[in-house]
Amino acid sequence: MLPPDSAELADLAARWRSAYVHIPFCRRRCPYCDFAVVAPGDPGTGDIEQLTTRYLSGLHAEIDMESDWEPLAALNLGGGTPSAVGAGAIAAVIDHLESRFGLEPGAEISVEVNPEDVTEEFVEGLAEAGVNRVSVGVQSFDDEVLRSLGRAHTAARAVAALEVCLDRFSTGLDLIFGTPGESLESWRATVATGVSLYPHHLSAYALTVEPGTVLGRAVREGAVAPDPDDQADKYELLQDAVGEAGLVQYEISNYARPGHTCRYNLSTWGQGEYLAFGLGAHGHRDGVRRRNVRSVTAYLERVEAGARPEAGRDITADPEMERLILGMRRTCGVDLGDREEAAEQDPGLQRLVAAGVVELSRGRLHVVQPLLADDVGATVLSLSA
Amino acid sequence: MTDAARIRNFCIIAHIDHGKSTLADRLLEATGAVEARHMRAQHLDTMDIERERGITIKANSVSIRYTGPGGEDYLLNLIDTPGHVDFSYEVSRSLAACEGAVLLVDASQGIEAQTLANAYLAIDSGLEIIPVINKIDLPAADPERVAHELVGILGGSAAEIIAVSAKTGEGIAELLDAIVEKLPPPEGDPELPTRALVFDSYYDTYRGVVCHVRVVDGSLETGSAVRFSATGVTASADEIGMQLPAAMPVKKLNNGEVGYLITGIKEIDLIRVGDTVTTVGGGATEALPGYSEPRPMVYSGIFPTDGDDFERLRDALDKLRLNDSSLVYRAETSRALGFGFRAGFLGLLHMEIVRERLEREYDLDLVTTAPSVGYEARTADGSTVAVSSPQDLPDRAELESIAEPFVKVMIITPSDYVGTVMELVQHKRGEMGEMTYLSPTRVELHYLMPLAEIVFDFFDQLKSRTKGYASMDYEPAAYRISDLVRVDVLLNNLSVDAFSTIVHRDKAYEYGRRMATRLRELIPRQLFDVPIQAAIGGRVIARETIKAKRKDVTAKCYGGDITRKRKLLEKQKEGKKRMKMVGAVEVPQEAFISALRIDE
Repeated sequence: MLPPDSAELADLAARWRSAYVHIPFCRRRCPYCDFAVVAPGDPGTGDIEQLTTRYLSGLHAEIDMESDWEPLAALNLGGGTPSAVGAGAIAAVIDHLESRFGLEPGAEISVEVNPEDVTEEFVEGLAEAGVNRVSVGVQSFDDEVLRSLGRAHTAARAVAALEVCLDRFSTGLDLIFGTPGESLESWRATVATGVSLYPHHLSAYALTVEPGTVLGRAVREGAVAPDPDDQADKYELLQDAVGEAGLVQYEISNYARPGHTCRYNLSTWGQGEYLAFGLGAHGHRDGVRRRNVRSVTAYLERVEAGARPEAGRDITADPEMERLILGMRRTCGVDLGDREEAAEQDPGLQRLVAAGVVELSRGRLHVVQPLLADDVGATVLSLSA
Repeated sequence: MTDAARIRNFCIIAHIDHGKSTLADRLLEATGAVEARHMRAQHLDTMDIERERGITIKANSVSIRYTGPGGEDYLLNLIDTPGHVDFSYEVSRSLAACEGAVLLVDASQGIEAQTLANAYLAIDSGLEIIPVINKIDLPAADPERVAHELVGILGGSAAEIIAVSAKTGEGIAELLDAIVEKLPPPEGDPELPTRALVFDSYYDTYRGVVCHVRVVDGSLETGSAVRFSATGVTASADEIGMQLPAAMPVKKLNNGEVGYLITGIKEIDLIRVGDTVTTVGGGATEALPGYSEPRPMVYSGIFPTDGDDFERLRDALDKLRLNDSSLVYRAETSRALGFGFRAGFLGLLHMEIVRERLEREYDLDLVTTAPSVGYEARTADGSTVAVSSPQDLPDRAELESIAEPFVKVMIITPSDYVGTVMELVQHKRGEMGEMTYLSPTRVELHYLMPLAEIVFDFFDQLKSRTKGYASMDYEPAAYRISDLVRVDVLLNNLSVDAFSTIVHRDKAYEYGRRMATRLRELIPRQLFDVPIQAAIGGRVIARETIKAKRKDVTAKCYGGDITRKRKLLEKQKEGKKRMKMVGAVEVPQEAFISALRIDE
């Protein structure tokens, strides 16, 4: 078994084909979230159940519009809240994708779930549908923090959900740190609880203020913003603690026990190709990056008329550069290829080397301080072939 | 040719916004000099900036034919004058070309300091004054109060004051009659050797330097050889003409007449405002009085934001100078800002205009350093060094003393604000002089102040403390030794020349503190701790630290949205490109600009 942070595994992942399916429905809109989400009370939404039914048929129609491809190594259902539509709907989507494109043996079938949706029955349904991986949107084990994040569950509910999932699936624990009001002690306790549950996978993201969200507006109007230094402290605390659970870092924000890396994620950072279905979904096929419309009305109009719900396409101008800036996010680093010489001579990159932020060795670039990855990325972008 | 007895040369003295340009427009229209359908607002102001800001920078003149009340034909020469303190020398030369002045005051505002200063200048030059109250059509107009003020200043009686509305045309006919009846005709002797005063000159791409002249004695004739007294240059009078307002060539300009002269000279430096034109054969031996060399009052560094634009900036300055001999500059190198120029200006408005013209007409993106004045450093060996940039200051070991220019300041303010004005002036190291009540509610205050305090933010503060009611004017007084020091700002132990400044010792700490705090806010965190220090010589007076950056990463690639991630990094990369390296510290160009901004 290849370790999570091995370059060989990363290279393998680059060749995997996957599919991403977006389920936008949520019971409420979290104040920080800027995904394509449909929540009750959104203008023009009407009856949510009716809309969900329409959306799911639209989704199936969209899957039918995609031209044939190779069998998939990974399926990822994300959201929104995929668990909100129930195991039956999830099973139907998985079946459809399998019959359209086929699945590789041992394919990863992953679903994002919210703790409040996890019941024995639901988990049973997922397992029957072939799901073998879940990531649980816990965010924090502190009820106070959960409230300020606008989440619907409690810490106790999250623990119970994880316990159920851990028995059945390769289970990922998703956390958010650096929420204003979250103390270092609160985070320390969250990490301790997380580690003690011994998850297969851990994602921990620093809370980011996105424009156009409730949080974004609040901060613009003077509310306390997440403090980068506080987030750095919490990141370091996490780095020191994950080892206890046997978790190995393989990307800036992702840790896994051997054999439990997320295939879909790893493939994305390796510039792999993936199909995308659903609202606001982003795909990458035959060298073209495309994105779907973000409005549910527009989406339904298009797919119901038999048209692709595409909002735009990007043809990567410099695929080699894209490979570098994606790949450098991984712990195994990235092969510099024909930019090796440029990297060694670049004064900006040399400053980063001198400051101990990156290492250049044997033609690879490693970001040693992942928290400064964007600084590195911006510098790498200036390297010419 | 017009008989000198039928000529009236006059100017209009007015504060900005008191309606000078509108009145000039109305006079042109009323006399049929410009047909109404060709009329555009601010006819005499030709530069974009003049029209936009409603100010006059370049003097201009126009000759108007007018039939007087008794049916006689007159030639009225309206000589436009700049209204701003920066151009007081130009004003004085324009006044010297006139026998009379229309003193135009807004009926709701009353007289302002610059107007009063120029009115005093006109009276001192022996001009006949016609007081006029404008904007009587406005609801807020209070012509009686303003008339009372004018009588207090000028003497005479309120009955002599003409009330007009340049907007509606009311009172214009009366004003025209007053101009021919009250203003004296030009004196001067047609038989004496020719002497003509250059009161304005500008550069025309096709014709070379065009100068506006007022013939005082003798006459100027097309084709004759002329000599400019101050520069000693001789040339042929290729074309002589009048502005009606369109240029009309004439054979000859006689004593008392006003017109233009084109000689084929291409360098504006050779034809200076205030100079005397005479003929080469049998010319006058004595020039007209009042000429002086332009002398910069304020200095500032001008740097292109993009270092590649240095040559374009040089070209642009060279071109501006073709039309503005008062602009002086020399190349300067700054460690922080790269290659640029140290430029000297007549004043703050002049500086601002030059910068705006460079940016607007030559499409340049510029960084300008905080304005400073010209200091005089006295060294141990007794010599005096002119210091127009903090970098010019001799070593401390050799430095004996530093002298700074002081100016005489006149402020007119509503009496309610006298206290706050006094407080401000005191804070700016001013010394109180005379105080006169223009009326029970308006006061004229005189001070002696260091020019450096004025160029900083004095005018803005004066305006804000008096709710915009105070106006001011100043004129150079003398150099005086003050307790001045140079404050340097060090970034990561390297002095950043663009932030060095010469200030009074009492203000040094405040400046150092402010710059250090500001830079800490403006310079993004680096990969290591960066100390910022303000120092006088080796002594640190303020210190701040920019803590090392710890986190610079955005969470994730949302739902496989690689494009967004890439755009984010592209943006960051562009940001890096705009950074200037000061030693090992990356400083955004904007940080220099913002730190140098005077406002707070």
